[in-house]
Order: sequence, then C-alpha cells, then structure tokens
Amino acid sequence: MPELEQAPAQTAIETPASGPVAPTSRFFRRFTREQRYLHAVLFTTFLGLAGTGLPLRFSESIWARGLAGAVGGFGAILFFHKFCALALTVAFLIHVKEIITRGIYRREKGIFWGATSMVANWKDVKDLFGHMRWMLGLGPKPQFERYAYWEKFDYWAVFWGMIVIGFSGYAMWLAPFFARFLPGWALNAALVIHSEEGLLAILFIFSIHFVNTHLRPDSFPMDMVIFTGVESEKEFEHKRPQEYARMVREGKLEKRLGEAPATWFVNFARVVGFAAIFIGVTLLILTLTAYFD
Amino acid sequence: MCERAIAYADMEKDQRMTRAARIAAFLIAVLIRPVERLANFIRIIRHHHAASLSFIALLLFFAPLRLGAQSECLACHGDKTMQDSAGHSISVDGDKFSASIHGSLQCNNCHADIKEYPHPDHIAKVDCKTCHADEASKLTGSVHSSSREHPCTSCHGNAHEIFPKTDSRSAVYPLNVPKTCGQCHSDGAMATKKGLPSVYPHYMDSIHGSALSKEGLLVAANCQSCHGSHGILSHSDPKSPTYKANIPKTCGTCHARINDDYQGGMHGHAVAAGDFKAPVCTDCHTAHAILQPTESEFRTQSTPICGSCHKEKLSTYRDTFHSQLGSLGGYVETARCWDCHGAHEIYPTSDPRSPINKANLVTTCGKCHAGANVSFVQYQPHANAHDRKLNPALFYVRLFMNLLLISVLTFFVIHTVLWLIRSRFDQVRRKSPNGGNHA
Repeated sequence: MPELEQAPAQTAIETPASGPVAPTSRFFRRFTREQRYLHAVLFTTFLGLAGTGLPLRFSESIWARGLAGAVGGFGAILFFHKFCALALTVAFLIHVKEIITRGIYRREKGIFWGATSMVANWKDVKDLFGHMRWMLGLGPKPQFERYAYWEKFDYWAVFWGMIVIGFSGYAMWLAPFFARFLPGWALNAALVIHSEEGLLAILFIFSIHFVNTHLRPDSFPMDMVIFTGVESEKEFEHKRPQEYARMVREGKLEKRLGEAPATWFVNFARVVGFAAIFIGVTLLILTLTAYFD
Repeated sequence: MCERAIAYADMEKDQRMTRAARIAAFLIAVLIRPVERLANFIRIIRHHHAASLSFIALLLFFAPLRLGAQSECLACHGDKTMQDSAGHSISVDGDKFSASIHGSLQCNNCHADIKEYPHPDHIAKVDCKTCHADEASKLTGSVHSSSREHPCTSCHGNAHEIFPKTDSRSAVYPLNVPKTCGQCHSDGAMATKKGLPSVYPHYMDSIHGSALSKEGLLVAANCQSCHGSHGILSHSDPKSPTYKANIPKTCGTCHARINDDYQGGMHGHAVAAGDFKAPVCTDCHTAHAILQPTESEFRTQSTPICGSCHKEKLSTYRDTFHSQLGSLGGYVETARCWDCHGAHEIYPTSDPRSPINKANLVTTCGKCHAGANVSFVQYQPHANAHDRKLNPALFYVRLFMNLLLISVLTFFVIHTVLWLIRSRFDQVRRKSPNGGNHA
C-alpha cells in the first residue's frame, strides 16, 4: 500500500554494483516482502475459506458432500474454515497495525492521502470514466498512478469483506457471547450477511480479480509482481505511466531499482499462482452450477 | 405284502440294514403292533382334542389289518434314498419324527388315504386343518392364502420334523422366524419376484434384527411380533396390526411408554382422530430397517420425513446453518426437527410442555449451545428472509446484500469484458505479444 521509498533500502544494496544495467532489463520494486507475504496468506486462506464455505452455502448441491468429504468430512470442514479464518484474522490485524504504526505513529506521508495512498481520490473518479471512454474508443487511455482505481476497489472490497464476513462469522461461532449485546434477529442476519458477502467475494475474486489482474492481455497469463515484488521497467512504464513519470521527475526511480527475480522462484510462484487460479476457477464453476441449479 | 416289502428291500444294495435285519424288524413290528396301538391310543387321548378322537378310534379298532403304524411304514420309508416316481424324497427320519411334536401320531392319522400296500396311484396332500382348524381358517383369510406351496410346511418346515415353537429346532422358534420368513421375503426370492419389497436384509440390519441374531434376545421383535403368524393381513386392512392406525398399539406392545407419549402428542391425537397424514412410528423409524436415532444415517434421513408434510418449515430450516452443516452428511450434533420439537410427544408451541415454548427455549437451545441466554434464543431457526412482514429486518438485510452483489458484479463484468476487448484490440493493432513482461 505505501510508497516503497523506505523499504527498498535493501533493494538498493541488492542492486548489481557490477557496472550499468541496460535500461530495458531493469527491474523495479513494487511490493515489499511483507505485502507479498500478506497476499500469500490472504489467497491461501481465502481458497481454504471458499473451499470449505461453499459446500456449506450450497449444502444441497450434488457436489457439496463430495467436496466436504475431500476436505475430510463435515467435522473437518468447520475446523478448516475456522482455522483459515483465524489465520486471516491475524494477517488482517497485522496489516491494520502496520497502517496505524506507519500512518499515525510515524506520520509517514502517502499512507492516507496523496498519489501513493489506497484511499480513493478525485483522480480515481476521472480515471474510471476516462478508462471507460477509452474502452469504448472515445478517448485516450488514462495515465494511472501507483494504484489504479480497480486496484483500490479490490483492496477496499477485501478490507470491507473481511470486516463484514469476519464479524458475522465470529458472531455465529461465538453466538451465545455475541447474543449478549446483539438482538436475536442479528444472529439470523449474520448467516445471510456471511454467506452473501462470501459469495460476492468468491464470485468477484475468481472472475473479476483473476481477469483484471492476471488474465487480461497486458498481464497474461499471470502478473508475477505480487509474487516477485518486482516488475520490468517496460511494464512499469506501460502500466503506470504517471507513477513512472513522477519517479523520474522526483529522481526517485533509481531508489526503487530491484533485482531480476531468480528463475526458480518465478517458476515456483507460477506453479503456486496457477494452482490458485485453477482452484479458484473450479470453485467458481461449482458455485455457478449450484447457484443456477 | 410282506414278501413285496422284502423284495423292495432286496432291490436296494447300499443300505445300512442287512436284509435279515430288515425282515426281523418287520416281524417285530407286526408282533408288537397291538401293544403299541393301545399305548398310542392312551397317549392320543391324553394329548389330542376330542374332535379327532372318534376318527382315530375308528381307525384303530375297525381296521386292524391295515397299514398305519409308524414302524410298519418306516420299514420302507426309513430308507433315506427313497423317492417317488417323480423323484421327490419320500423318506422319513424315524428318530426325528418320533421326537417331533407329531411323534405320537401314526402315519395314517395324517396320510388318511393310504390304507394299504401297494398305495393308491394318487395320494392326496395332507390336510393339516383336520386337527389345526383354527390356524387353517386364519390362514385362509390371510395374505398367504393363495400360496401354491404347502401353506403349513412353507413355514413350519419338514412335516415329519415339526417341533413346538418354544423348541430351538423349530422353524418358528423366535430366533428362527426371520430366516424362515426370509426364505421368501428377501432379495430375489419369491416375494420380491412377486413385486413385494425385500425386507429380510433390512430387518437383519435393524436394531430388532441385531438384538435377535447377535444377542439371541427372545423378546426382540421378530416378523410375527408385528405381523402375526397365521392370519397375516395386508397393511391396508384395518384389522391388520400393521394398518396405520394400529401401528402405535402394535409397537406399544413392547414400547409402552413411548406409545403413551405419542398418544399424548399432536401426531397421536391426529391419528386417533382419523387423520392418517400424521406420522406413526414407522413413518419416521421405518418398519424393517429401524435405525438407532443416534446414528448419523437416521439423523440425515429424518428431516425430509418431517418436511414431507411441514414443507414450509423444511424450506426455512434449509436456509439455516443447522441444515447446511447437517446435510453435509451426518453431522450428528446439528439440530434436526426433533432435537427442538421433541419426537414422540410433540406439543403445540403454546403448550408449556413443549420444548419450544418460550419458557423452555433457553433449556432447549442450551442442550447444544452452552451459555444460551434469553437474547440468544431470540434467534429464529425458521426465519424466512423472503417474508417482509414476518422478518422485516432479515428481509432488508438480504435485499441489501443481494443488491450489493448484483450491482458490483454487473458493473465489473461489463467493465472487464469491455476492457478485455479493448486491450486485445490494442494489442493486435500494435502487434505486441501477450504477457506482462512484453507489454
């Protein structure tokens, strides 16, 4: 989320000292290690939650029992669901703590506002309409900053989703406790909210996010930046020209120089990424068959 | 007569008795016949009812020179390989016969048309009703009346080896009854060929069947405990113990308290009032495959049974977590209908005895949810999110969530599709290859 001027101190050290590198083969840091780990925990637990939640949501469907059985039966399904939920909650809290530490205690700039913030601004509104105009061939392609409007939407959708799904989930898990300060109907509402919001998250991530981020022609078949943390200069310039221009203008480009990722790591990340996409698309198809059954 | 018998014996080479021994046996039989007959007469007077006595006495005194004594017949029929012209065995095991309940009878007491040797060409089937008139008349009115097989021996076994039903050798001894009935009423047997369900394997797997076959529990219900024996009627016959209205009473023969509970509940009242849509024991427990209610299989199958009448309740139950987890296969702990409503003694919600009466909800929910309190039990296990009047808050929550889902997805699907088309178009125009690294 934040600008990477601080973290890549080590990147600068990693930068090859053995002579100048050809500009075209240069790699720039986009995500810190913590952000990549956060995404890894997020998508692993999300797949776990989706895989164990869907059989419950569509318990009458033909595949529900089989999927529940594959996880280890009805008892295991709840255990894994709660286990993933706890892991994701911890990851979420660490992330929130990080925002508070950096944004409030350390008063870092660019956390809550500005070009590098995740918070939406007027440019995002203009970009959205501009992008749509471009799609219809009515205007030029907007020059995106560090986080484009759909990326901010992804972020806040997950942020909102975790609060909503998390609270409703814990309300059901610890129902007698939550009942002390929630009205009775809220327990009924908790399941409706949990399952509908979960369904929205599943449908959104496994179709929209997959396509927008990984499968669209500019990134096809997979945008590796979330795994490796770095992207090529060409890609940087093409995808986020305004950020690139700002970096050049402010003379910060060199500070973000990173190392080309190791081949083994790229391959490993591809396997993990494709496995995640495969599982996600499978779950999406199952969901759609059950939903329109 | 004597010579012919001997000649017959002579023809058989592989017999245990030598020819001399057979002749000796025959002579002894002839000599002791009068003594034996007298003894038999006394025994018969003691053991058999008067109706047949005159007939027997007649035979004994007016046909002294004719065939009929066991020993005479067994001289030939004791041969284990003896067959009639059609190839059916006509041998009789003398030892077993004399030990059997009919052992004191003479052969021609039953085979009344065989009076001399050589026997007549056509010999009638033995008619048991001569003595067992009550049983025969019950059988005539029963579902087995059309049986082409001999109606008595089908169940009681070999006519010459019939034992009292208290004797473990009897085919109708309680522990042997299921196997006896199962000869016809199991997979691929006579009854299933006639379109009747195969019940024997279900019964044997049931709690009754396993109590009987594994524990040898004589009081465990066997076939005839519920169906009766000679006068078995179709379950559609109001006089049958398996007729819907009679089932609680039939099961209540053993399960007395449960029957009392049931009769006091709403379903019991309904059935007693002639409303046969209400369930009786077998509607939930089934008749033959009776499962332990604690078994996951029973717990999984019980809910749709209640739902076959309480359709709306089933539909709203299915929207809840109880159902979602439960239908994934036998999660024993999730609440099914009767965990909350009671099973046998179901009362209206307004009845203070009902577990779902307001005063009892904390206790009822607390069975599973430790720490259930007054606010917790406000949860509605049958809330209908589609019913605005009944559950307004839930209705609007659901509406909001659905609108959110539909609007977000609709917008982004359009957005993504347009984007895909445009990017691809751009890419082709610029002749740039796929992939992020070359974008």
